[in-house]
Amino acid sequence: MKDLSLHILDIVQNSVVAHAKLIQVTLDVNTTNDYIELAVSDDGKGMDNDFLQRVVDPFTTTRTTLKVGLGIPLLKQNAELTGGTFTIHSEPGVGTTLKARFLKSHIDCLPIGDLGGTIALLMCSYPDVEFRIMAVVNSHEFSVSTSELRDALAGLSLNDPSVYPVVKEYINSNLDELQITNLG
Amino acid sequence: MTKVKSLADLKKMKETLQAKIDLREKGEAAENLVQIKVAMATCGIASGAKNVMDFLLEELEKRGINAVVTQTGCMGYCYAEPTIEVKLPNADPVVFGYVDTKKADEIIEKYIKNGELVDGIIPVNYESIDNK
Repeated sequence: MKDLSLHILDIVQNSVVAHAKLIQVTLDVNTTNDYIELAVSDDGKGMDNDFLQRVVDPFTTTRTTLKVGLGIPLLKQNAELTGGTFTIHSEPGVGTTLKARFLKSHIDCLPIGDLGGTIALLMCSYPDVEFRIMAVVNSHEFSVSTSELRDALAGLSLNDPSVYPVVKEYINSNLDELQITNLG
Repeated sequence: MTKVKSLADLKKMKETLQAKIDLREKGEAAENLVQIKVAMATCGIASGAKNVMDFLLEELEKRGINAVVTQTGCMGYCYAEPTIEVKLPNADPVVFGYVDTKKADEIIEKYIKNGELVDGIIPVNYESIDNK
């Protein structure tokens, strides 16, 4: 993956496939303590212990078209390349939480990329899922949720093609204020 | 466009959006729309499917083509990612491989607008005579 937001786009789809109704994503950028932490948690169907042990293995996947699944292994690799950590917890029937921590100043740390576009794309593509997304930059934060957008745009469906650019602009102008992408 | 920064701004945009949608939806049943699916699993995302999806969403709106663009999982053609499936009204779906924004532009201009086939089709949805 070329940047962190693509990882978010990819990882969140695991939650969607696991029939999650609520997906929380937090991206915490801390320049003083030099880390970026990505946390994704959902209330999907979860994984049993056996599957959880194997989930970081590239040859573990639930899809039927191919025998490889690289979403989680790639995220783990990219986090660990920077000297960061990767953890995942899951309970069947309860949900899954994963955290990837990157050392920000490390040369292999990925840029953040098009975070606003990614968030907007996810929220507009899966309007039935409640997303709660938070971006934190040195304790300044911006959060956005599906129910909030739905209230503001009452009656409009989020996956209408003309809604996406507006949602994207709303998120981007708030992220610009945090200067999250400038931190690269 | 005015800057949309708060939820109140979003609310203000609602009227304009609603009018736009009403205008479009008049007499447009779902099966009369162009339906595009962008493969967005790990393989697709890593090869740039998000850029292609952004491009399609923006350009189709700009060029006034009524289309539904959705994400889908891996179609099993990871070697040819990003792949998109285009279904024109009353036609069989066609899958295109190696779609970058340049290719996407060509697909809009030639295939979607005029029905001309372009290079890069993955023959997956064909029907052979035997199966008919």
